[in-house]
Amino acid sequence: MSLFDKFRNLAKAREALLESGCDPFSVVLDEVLSSTEGIIGGRRTILAGTNNYLGLTFHQDCIDAAGVALAKEGTGTTGSRMANGTFSGHVALEREIAEFYQVRSSIVFSTGYLANLGMLSTLAGSDDVILLDADCHASIYDGCRMGDAEVIRFRHNNSSDLEKRMRRLGDRATRTIILVEGIYSMLGDRAPLKEIAEIKKKYNAFLVVDEAHSLGVLGQNGRGLAEEAGVEDSVDLIVGTFSKSLGATGGFCVSNHRELDMIRFASRPYIFTASPSPSVIASTRAALQILKTQPALRKKLWKNVEHLYKRLQRAGFKVGPEPSPVVATLLDTKEEGIRLWKELMDNGVYVNLVLPPAAPGEACLLRCSVSAGHSEEQIESICLAFESFK
Amino acid sequence: MQEIKSYSEILSELYVILSPYNTKKRTLDEETELVADIGLDSLQVMQILLEVEDRFDISIPLNIIPDVRTVKDFASQLERLIAKS
Repeated sequence: MSLFDKFRNLAKAREALLESGCDPFSVVLDEVLSSTEGIIGGRRTILAGTNNYLGLTFHQDCIDAAGVALAKEGTGTTGSRMANGTFSGHVALEREIAEFYQVRSSIVFSTGYLANLGMLSTLAGSDDVILLDADCHASIYDGCRMGDAEVIRFRHNNSSDLEKRMRRLGDRATRTIILVEGIYSMLGDRAPLKEIAEIKKKYNAFLVVDEAHSLGVLGQNGRGLAEEAGVEDSVDLIVGTFSKSLGATGGFCVSNHRELDMIRFASRPYIFTASPSPSVIASTRAALQILKTQPALRKKLWKNVEHLYKRLQRAGFKVGPEPSPVVATLLDTKEEGIRLWKELMDNGVYVNLVLPPAAPGEACLLRCSVSAGHSEEQIESICLAFESFK
Repeated sequence: MQEIKSYSEILSELYVILSPYNTKKRTLDEETELVADIGLDSLQVMQILLEVEDRFDISIPLNIIPDVRTVKDFASQLERLIAKS
């Protein structure tokens, strides 16, 4: 028996996919033309699956800031935040994020994935409980698995199921972290955060919200679902990423709890990895300024969202439960999903193909992520490509 | 909801819950392996956990999963969780 035998089923599934004539999980962007367009397989393609919600990856301010940092501070930090990897930019970004969220402090991590790993594995100890929404992202599950806490799921977006489980915990409810997302990455639906915040308060629990897909997208100031739902005071900790609305890479957490800073000295994913490069930090800081000062981008994003969501709905596609920058189209079978994905590619539109178990339930889904950078014509082209599917 | 506490009662209920997933029609007993014999995938495991939680009115921590290989392992874990609840 070989070490690699365990991958046999994966290899079979991949072969079957290749035989169907497409390779959706090895797409290469030969050229990136803008935040919303690239060359894939020699074809000019609209990028509608990149999480680039505000379209900032090519914003001149971000590029300029990154260029200056690159020239002044070099290509990388070559070290951990705990050792030589904290530059003045890292500290400035932490201060600026905390100010943006109007909280006491923040920690910057090297990726969004590491932010969840770093926070969840460290915050919850062996006497604690994590109650997470069943549809939470893999980084949340992995962060939980890396720690010692008891981990329990509740049914997706089901507040009464959450409350039932809080009740069952009895005295342990006060040592429980409730974990939800602002916008869920696969179906694009929001958490019922007002209700969840009430449950948190009733049981004196701790509430963590991952705003990875909602930063820059929801709330009057773009702070996310907690702001939109008016419950920021009830949220103990927000985790997020720079790799979506802010167009870079990296992750963060913010909190009003004084003890947040101590996490740095205990969190292995924070300590044992190289810190983000100076150019990444610089472009993130520039993007955060744009997010704060240009609410028109958010308006444009939502205009595009409404356009695409309604058109797909009208065309008879089964779409996600509510309009959001993640517009999911659910297909009954894997074969149908692959066929639609391939047709969209042939029509010059790239979206994400999501197969079970990454898709909730048995469905296969095609996931569009809408951007403020998409022009009306591009959104129209995406709609037409979907509508031409027979 | 009926209160079920004994190991044998838990086992009987477990057979009922597992039955629709036993598409290979294997004879279920305590030594039946959930993945190797019944062929459960990760989604089915999660679905079964939800059904079992509802049936016994308990929350099942995901942490028990690595320790559950057979029907007997599962029933023993449930017996412990029910006793704790």
